[in-house]
Amino acid sequence: MTLLHEPDYGTPAALSLARVEVVVDGVPVTVPAGTSVMRAAAEAGFDVPKLCATDSLQPFGSCRLCVVEIDGKKGTPASCTTPCEPGMVVRTQTPRVTELRRNVMELYISDHPLDCLTCPANGDCELQDMAGVVGLREVRYGYDGANHLDAPTDDSNPYFSFDESKCIACSRCVRACDEIQGTFALTIVGRGFDSKVSPGGTSFMDSECVSCGACVQACPTATLEEKSVIDLGIPTRTVLTTCAYCGVGCSFKAELRGDELVRMVPAKDGGANEGHSCVKGRFAWGYATHPDRVLTPLIRDAITEPWREASWEEAIGHAATRIRDIQTRYGVDSVGGITSSRCTNEEVFVVQKMVRAAFGTNNVDTCARVCHSPTGYGLKQTFGASAGTQDFKSVESADVILVIGANPTDAHPVFASRMKRRLRDGARLIIVDPRRIDLVRSAHITADHHLQLQPGTNVAVVNALGHVIATEGLIDRDFVAQRCDLASFAAWEAFISLPENSPEAVEAVSGVPAEELRAAARLYAAGPNSAVYYGLGVTEHSQGSTMVMAMANIAMATGNIGRDGVGINPLRGQNNVQGSCDMGSFPHELPGYRHVSDDAVREQFEVLWGADLRGDPGMRIPNMLDAALTGQFRALFVQGEDIAQSDPNTQHVQRALEAMDLVIVQDLFLNETARYAHVFLPGTSFLEKDGTFTNAERRINRVRPVMAAKTGKQEWEIICDLSTALGYPMAYDSSSEIMDEVAALTPTFAGVSFALLDEVGSVQWPCNAEHPLGTPIMHVDGFVRGKGAFQITAFVPTDERSTRRYPLLLTTGRILSQYNVGAQTRRTANVAWHDEDLLDIHESDAEARGITDGGWVTIASRVGTTVMRAQISDRVPPGVVYTTFHFPGSGANVITTEYSDWATNCPEYKVTAVEITPTLRGPDALLASAEADAGALA
Amino acid sequence: MTRIYVPRDSAARSVGADEVARAVENECGVRGINVEIVRNGSRGLLWLEPLVEVETSRGRMGYGPVTPGDVPGLIDGGFLEGAHHELALGVVDDIPWLARQQRVSFARVGIIDPLDLDAYRATGGLRGLQRALQESAEEIVGDVLASGLRGRGGAGFPAGIKWRTVLEAESLDKYICCNADEGDSGTFADRMLMEGDPFTLLEGMAIAGVAVGATRGLIYVRSEYPDAIATLRTAVDIARVDGWLGVDVMGTGRTFDIRVVEGAGSYVCGEETAMLESLEGKRGMVRPKPPIPALKGLFGQPTLVHNVLTLSAVPSIIADGPGDYQALGVDRSRGTQVFQLAGNLARGGIVEIAFGVTLRELIEDFGGGTLSGRPLRAVQVGGPLGAYLPAEALDVSMDYEALADSGGLLGHGGVVAFDDSIDMATQARFAMEFCAVESCGKCTPCRIGSTRGIEVIDKITAGVDRELNLVLLEDLCATMTDGSLCAMGGLTPLPVLSALAHFPEDFHRPPEVTP
Repeated sequence: MTLLHEPDYGTPAALSLARVEVVVDGVPVTVPAGTSVMRAAAEAGFDVPKLCATDSLQPFGSCRLCVVEIDGKKGTPASCTTPCEPGMVVRTQTPRVTELRRNVMELYISDHPLDCLTCPANGDCELQDMAGVVGLREVRYGYDGANHLDAPTDDSNPYFSFDESKCIACSRCVRACDEIQGTFALTIVGRGFDSKVSPGGTSFMDSECVSCGACVQACPTATLEEKSVIDLGIPTRTVLTTCAYCGVGCSFKAELRGDELVRMVPAKDGGANEGHSCVKGRFAWGYATHPDRVLTPLIRDAITEPWREASWEEAIGHAATRIRDIQTRYGVDSVGGITSSRCTNEEVFVVQKMVRAAFGTNNVDTCARVCHSPTGYGLKQTFGASAGTQDFKSVESADVILVIGANPTDAHPVFASRMKRRLRDGARLIIVDPRRIDLVRSAHITADHHLQLQPGTNVAVVNALGHVIATEGLIDRDFVAQRCDLASFAAWEAFISLPENSPEAVEAVSGVPAEELRAAARLYAAGPNSAVYYGLGVTEHSQGSTMVMAMANIAMATGNIGRDGVGINPLRGQNNVQGSCDMGSFPHELPGYRHVSDDAVREQFEVLWGADLRGDPGMRIPNMLDAALTGQFRALFVQGEDIAQSDPNTQHVQRALEAMDLVIVQDLFLNETARYAHVFLPGTSFLEKDGTFTNAERRINRVRPVMAAKTGKQEWEIICDLSTALGYPMAYDSSSEIMDEVAALTPTFAGVSFALLDEVGSVQWPCNAEHPLGTPIMHVDGFVRGKGAFQITAFVPTDERSTRRYPLLLTTGRILSQYNVGAQTRRTANVAWHDEDLLDIHESDAEARGITDGGWVTIASRVGTTVMRAQISDRVPPGVVYTTFHFPGSGANVITTEYSDWATNCPEYKVTAVEITPTLRGPDALLASAEADAGALA
Repeated sequence: MTRIYVPRDSAARSVGADEVARAVENECGVRGINVEIVRNGSRGLLWLEPLVEVETSRGRMGYGPVTPGDVPGLIDGGFLEGAHHELALGVVDDIPWLARQQRVSFARVGIIDPLDLDAYRATGGLRGLQRALQESAEEIVGDVLASGLRGRGGAGFPAGIKWRTVLEAESLDKYICCNADEGDSGTFADRMLMEGDPFTLLEGMAIAGVAVGATRGLIYVRSEYPDAIATLRTAVDIARVDGWLGVDVMGTGRTFDIRVVEGAGSYVCGEETAMLESLEGKRGMVRPKPPIPALKGLFGQPTLVHNVLTLSAVPSIIADGPGDYQALGVDRSRGTQVFQLAGNLARGGIVEIAFGVTLRELIEDFGGGTLSGRPLRAVQVGGPLGAYLPAEALDVSMDYEALADSGGLLGHGGVVAFDDSIDMATQARFAMEFCAVESCGKCTPCRIGSTRGIEVIDKITAGVDRELNLVLLEDLCATMTDGSLCAMGGLTPLPVLSALAHFPEDFHRPPEVTP
């Protein structure tokens, strides 16, 4: 594809159902009421010249290039700010407006550098384009008047440059920061001729800017420009693809010169992101070509030996031989595999197929085990489908938003921007979180209630909400009667009304004032549209599954399921968590969440795959690790997951990996897990992949290769080769064929094909004969399981609690600029914002321990200790400390424990009892780890 | 006990009214004379300030301008009995300059202590609000429509239509916003009214609130008016205590309260939409219209925005019925206009009189010609964005339409006179300079055009490509007029082009040679 220029209608689409007919330059056009004259003209095929208008922003009316004449109206109104009225006759080209536009442009150019030929935006500059369109031929003012040509350039941001001398003060950047991103980091300072864009009077890096790049995208000149464009030049072709960071799944235009990526620009018609992005998706893709990437297979006999390079044939042959040897010696079930939520649906599908059909075992699990497995379990029990109920757009119709255990502005920033827009427009907000996350109070947003609970008391708090709903007459009885299982409801109503679930009782365990709980419950119940958004703060607990069901209970009890603006919405951590689960990555489930013991289902697979499949569930990750220590589990295939850093109780994971005879790692980098590997199969970055990701709203997006696989092989090809070497031939001509196989075997995917996705952009499953274009909102007419099933969700405190020895509770999370274990983002300029994990500790806890801001501390739990620097913060309450886990050196998971969700074994990352002490050891410990990291290949 | 009036108006204070009041108090104290000193507003005869009045059986006798040094002599001369003195002005109400006026909005200004609610009531205050509370919203709006009242901020839009629009807009939240960001050079009527009779403004706003269904009012006062802000805030407190502002207006159970907000210090914040932005706590930048503020104003809610003088005309219209007000004026300009005479005039001050008075009457009869005594050359009507009218054009009728027909605008009623020493090219340059300094920077014609305007005029006066630059100046003016977002950039060409049209010789002088 050549460079894709998306049409710009100048102003956002009007949503009114009423229609208005106007005549533009003699052409009648019918538009929704409220449509601007500019947009109507564009729809009629007449682009009115413009600079300050763009259809992602509200009309502003500052550039005055878009003036038109309208019969019966005096003067020359700006078409961007003039709404269409019935029967309007608009003239976009008259001598008067032609003259006016040219004179306005003459003013612009009288204060603009004349370096077009050497300007980085040459060829991609709206000012340049418009000067051409209006026919500017001379600047009669000359160029020696007052000007801004000597204004400085702010290069502080690693990804973009701010050249003030080229600024035309159109405010598009300021408005993008306000309206799209919602950070309000930019403003105009000075007035009149001195008006200029400023990130709050400081440099971009020192400002509140979150580097989402919306301003860069909005800038019509070279003022805000990607440094990659300055370095490389304007891109010449576009590939539409999908971001590989979080579960929002933003659609991007990868803009290239040849196969060199110049920039990533979020796609306007991307269903998940609608033209917006965050610092990671837009800018942090440099890891894909980072020199640390391993491009050749590596093998070694023992983990004490150095790696040696091998050919694909040798590495795959070696791996296959070892697997079969081990199975011969220790049994079929002594091997297993882990699929990756970072990989495509197609890549995941073939791994689980290989494990089931070629390994001959159901020992397959996925990294979702450690994040959202309780979501799948809890929502299946209550609603019948292991997925969120809404599309992201639904938040625009929500009246009350309940955010539980999620920090969207850092972890799901693009969705957070959409949510914040709705909040600025008046939706009410309840936050349940031990920390004061940004959403509690940020620009133009204040939460109505922040239920600042003690870590580990989620279930008690949500039960208290349920108690108020049930005992204060707030139940939607009609909804329950029509849509839910009445026996389960009666049981729940009796249970939830028990005094132990009352806010007054829960106050004692959670620390949340009873009145706050009551007020929040009433607000949620009042809606009318109330929506729950949650993250790993819900799932990563010993009662993670209980909590998911507790939330589902209150949604059903108040009728907040099955329409726009409501629902239970998991914010998925990784790009393809949803997809990896859908693709049959769990030891007990075949693709589409069908149990392996279901003979009819299994038979379909057996017929198509030509293999006998096992009907007994295999081992989960923790079972595999435990079994490794007892010698029953000997070989593990790990696809794109760094369990040695990301899984809890690192020492336990390390010992288990050490105990195995064979660890095969398929990844981009020699990660922490690769230290214990015997075979390393180099993987492909998302820029090389060809397939699909499924985001948190069940949206299946195409991932298209921007460049050829740097390793020479697509990851699914590696799996096919390995499977074939194992004696179970697997071959596809393309990843599209894999999706066809998924569709043939999975009812919810029956209608999905690459051809359909290429045609319509994306679909949300279920996508089948009944819903040929997918299903944005689930459970509309009835629950997938028939009747919604209430579940009893008794609060059982975790065994992990503060003690005299470990008096503080540690909880963990993410930060905006870094991602998960940091394998990617640490290899980008994002380290400029966050180059180490820090421990947030409340002033009073710090003072009691002699801890200073920035000082090194030891964090000790009953399973281990680690060292990092402290940051005194009022975001955490006394008694609670917080850190991130982006850097291997800080080893946050050295201290997390083996406790996990009772139903799914999802680890209890969010509660660890710890003690913090000042230390001097920090720098050495970090240095040693960094050296080990760098020297791994040597 | 003798009652003596010494104005508290800041114009009077700026020429020593406080010192005079203290001198009177001290002198009387020393002499053991019992007097009551009332700090009233200013009567608006600014060349006579500090104008001290003494209440006598013949009426209030005026003396002025009084200095503290004059006080002992005045007392010696029997001024406490209204005796004659070289500073004596006779009965103030009989001074022709005042007697000839038709004061409606300014009826009480200078008469009473502005914060004396009893005096306010005694002079007819609160009758309008009382009546409004008994009438239907439609009746009140009907009265305003029938009065012919038009917006006094400058645009002259019929007030009643605005009221009806806000009344008919459906919303739980509506606002009354009073624009008191009086920024036009040569204008001071808003300030004098706020300092001299704040209750009238508050009552006018309360009536408006009752009429259109608003519960909250805001007054946006320019930051350079600290006295007005303090007076208004005290007045609001007094009205709340008295029960005609707040949650239960005059016991009717209706809510209307007022907040006084200090302006952000920018001329353009006097533009109604920029004022709304500023009231919302944002940078004072102009909003495009539509939507009009009457439908989507403060915080996006229906908002009635009016100038101080518009709202201050309301109480008497409602109290006495619209007929009296409507009977004044000419054609479509009904009622009175509060003219402010300033600049090079012998007698500057407030002249409230029915529309239709001629500019000549204002300049010559009221203003007394130039202060310098030199021939009058130009008059700028309507503030810094108003046209310069030549001395020959003084017979124009002072009403919205006639002024527009003669290429000018009434604006906020400011009248600034210049004698023949003025250079009109300099004045044209000043218009562009004023725009450059005060432009909010949002739209291109105003933001860049005003700066280029200065440069082009400089080239013209310097004789650089004079003819080409004169064409460019006219093009620039057309661009600003047609292309600007608001009246700031849109009207700046008016003084420039009127100077060019009426005083072309000033643009064609030989360039000054630097010695």
